[in-house]
Amino acid sequence: MAEEAELMCGKCKQPLVKAQVVASYLGAEFPIELLRCPGCGVVHVPESLATGKMFQVEQALEDK
Amino acid sequence: MDREQVRRWESQCIQEQAPACASACPMHVDARKLAECARKGDFKAGFSVLAAAVPVPLIVAYVCDHPCQRQCRRADAGDPIRIHELEKACAEFGGASPTLRVQNKRNREILVCGSELSGVSAAILLAQKGYNVTLHEPGPALLGSLRGLGDGFLPQMAIGTDMAALEALEIEVCYDRELPHDEEAILALRHEYDALFFEAGAWPFTFTGDPATLATRHPGVFAGNAWQELSPVYAVYEGSVAAISIDRYLQGASLTANRENRGAYPSRLYMNTQDQIPLAAVESADPEQGYTREEAQQEAARCFPCQCLECVKVCEYLKEYKSYPKRYVREIYNNECIVMGVRKANRMINSCALCGLCTTVCPENLSMAEVILAARRGMVETGKMPPSAHDLALRDMAFSTSDAFTLARHQPGHASSAVAFLPGCQLSSSSPEHVESVYKHLRETTQGGVGLILACCGAPAQWAGNEAKFAEARAELTASWEQLGRPKLITACSSCIRTLHDHLPQIPVESLWKHIDLALIAPPTAPKRLAVHDPCSTREMREVEDGARALLRELGVEIEELNERGLTTCCGFGGLQQFANPELADRTAQRRAATSNTDYVTYCAMCRDRFSLRGKRAVHILDLIFPADDGADPAARLDPGFSRRQEGRARLKRRLLRDLWGETEAEMDELFELEIAEEVRALLEKRMILVEDVRQAVEHAEKTGEKLEQPGTGHWLAMWRPSCVTYWVEYSGGAGSFTVHNAYSHRMQVK
Repeated sequence: MAEEAELMCGKCKQPLVKAQVVASYLGAEFPIELLRCPGCGVVHVPESLATGKMFQVEQALEDK
Repeated sequence: MDREQVRRWESQCIQEQAPACASACPMHVDARKLAECARKGDFKAGFSVLAAAVPVPLIVAYVCDHPCQRQCRRADAGDPIRIHELEKACAEFGGASPTLRVQNKRNREILVCGSELSGVSAAILLAQKGYNVTLHEPGPALLGSLRGLGDGFLPQMAIGTDMAALEALEIEVCYDRELPHDEEAILALRHEYDALFFEAGAWPFTFTGDPATLATRHPGVFAGNAWQELSPVYAVYEGSVAAISIDRYLQGASLTANRENRGAYPSRLYMNTQDQIPLAAVESADPEQGYTREEAQQEAARCFPCQCLECVKVCEYLKEYKSYPKRYVREIYNNECIVMGVRKANRMINSCALCGLCTTVCPENLSMAEVILAARRGMVETGKMPPSAHDLALRDMAFSTSDAFTLARHQPGHASSAVAFLPGCQLSSSSPEHVESVYKHLRETTQGGVGLILACCGAPAQWAGNEAKFAEARAELTASWEQLGRPKLITACSSCIRTLHDHLPQIPVESLWKHIDLALIAPPTAPKRLAVHDPCSTREMREVEDGARALLRELGVEIEELNERGLTTCCGFGGLQQFANPELADRTAQRRAATSNTDYVTYCAMCRDRFSLRGKRAVHILDLIFPADDGADPAARLDPGFSRRQEGRARLKRRLLRDLWGETEAEMDELFELEIAEEVRALLEKRMILVEDVRQAVEHAEKTGEKLEQPGTGHWLAMWRPSCVTYWVEYSGGAGSFTVHNAYSHRMQVK
């Protein structure tokens, strides 16, 4: 699935929009801009982020 | 980790022990390093090695009687290295006045009587420590006994260069001065000097010095023994002993403490010379001139150099981190001690296969598995084990200890069990049909009923350092065994045997291999020649290995041994290496797979599958005894992967219940079909995502409507976070049939 393409929330039937959200793991928190549903608040984590930077940060935090 | 235990582990690793040459030298000249420098043609650096150890390096280079050479391990494969000739080459091509480092001046006077090698050495070493030294030579010249040796043996230039140190160190030299000859008058010199040292034979009477410290019965008076006459390097050594003792005496320190490894001692460093090609020493074209630079380089290149590394040579894991156990133990201990900061050794700790090969090959039997397990247990106890390290393995074990797989029954129609069959999780996962065949066979050949226990012995939790989960699994297995009336267990799994043997000694257990009666089965002819791979968990269980070999011989297999018995290597699954460090586990399997071109036969389901994954043709011994009905080539059978392993276990239980006990367990309602292409399955496998996780994500999305849509593509994105991992699944379809296109996961929570 193309990551930059427009995404619709299946539940709220409205497009996701960019929003400041917080990613947290093992007590550490990071602000990040991602697509979020204005209705139910579900946040999309794209594959490249999950398997790239996010994975690296998870590994680093696990060694703290 | 217990600090004392850590020290014991460290001391078991001998890699940092001095080589035989250095420990045979009373001055501990690092001849191994000197040879390395000479090999590179860096004779200046080679000479520095000598100069760092002895106070008169040029002289020693020429006159040393080289006890090092007599201990050189090269002698086991050719001639010993001509270390003395290398020292001469270093002096010849790289010799120079040594750099003199002088400590702060101390206002203390020392008299050294006698100026042969020990007196001169003592004087130089004491002056370097900052003492004011007076050197008495009763004759007309220093080093009188060396002066007449001739330039061919000791160039006078060498004496001149080394003796320049006396002036540089402001040592006062007195020649031809009469000293009193009676002991009382000599001792009166103590009023002028803070300490006295008499070189052996320097005076008409003899003080007797203690061999270890050279202290005489008179405080502050030290005297040499007879080394002077025996060996030049021991004369230098005696001077250094005197210098250390006098320094300690003047500082009020113990003369005897920590002097155990002074002087020559037997080396603990192990050097395996078995596989070394014998090489003769390089002969000098002109023996009178000694080696040319090139000849010295060639001779130095014969030095192995001596080092142990027996464990590192045989283990991909120990090789991976480019060091050796002594340093690993320290790193691991330091890792545990970190309060704030990054624990850099976590991955290293979690990457060991715990296979025990290092212990077998170690001359001191150091067990890295013991070190690693202690570290992992500590990490789990303190909550510092990275959550992702063993997550999938422990979830898989949870599945094996859940109702989806576990079972403990007497044989149908029996109220007791003479024995019980414990196939183990991985055989049940990889080839459940073999479990059914074996159970049928055991029922046919055993009187008194054969019970069946489907359970996990807890090995994955033990490997993960998770003692609580390991204890739980053991308790559940023990309960099943008791439920069946405590029968002897027959198992097809090497890890189960190991675990039961080590942790549940009350449960009698035997390997399956001695309970198979081939006459009854009459299997087809097996391939003529196969190479046997023993699983690492049975390393010390010769009877299990022998049982498998006996069966193979009975099957008509010509056995090829992959290694000396007891030296098998891991397939990469042991110790959960495959989960914590998949790349390393691949190399571990590859190394083993590359040992022989012959097809492998093994008796561990996991080992077979790991080889198959690397493209190595391998069969399980049960493939030969109970071949597939369709005649498929068992050596070409693919690794089922994590997801199908679980499915295999669940199906096995359902089938056994249905076929043997007439029970139909309510099947898990699978509400829809999932189509997953093999390349997508491979991706899931790599990302350690189970098909079951994918199924639940899709099910959750379809039930709740919580999914994302990319308009125009017909693809949906399901997200599901059952506990601490979020799964994303891209899928399409509907009406009870879906196609999975992609999946990924992350542990971070996003809100």
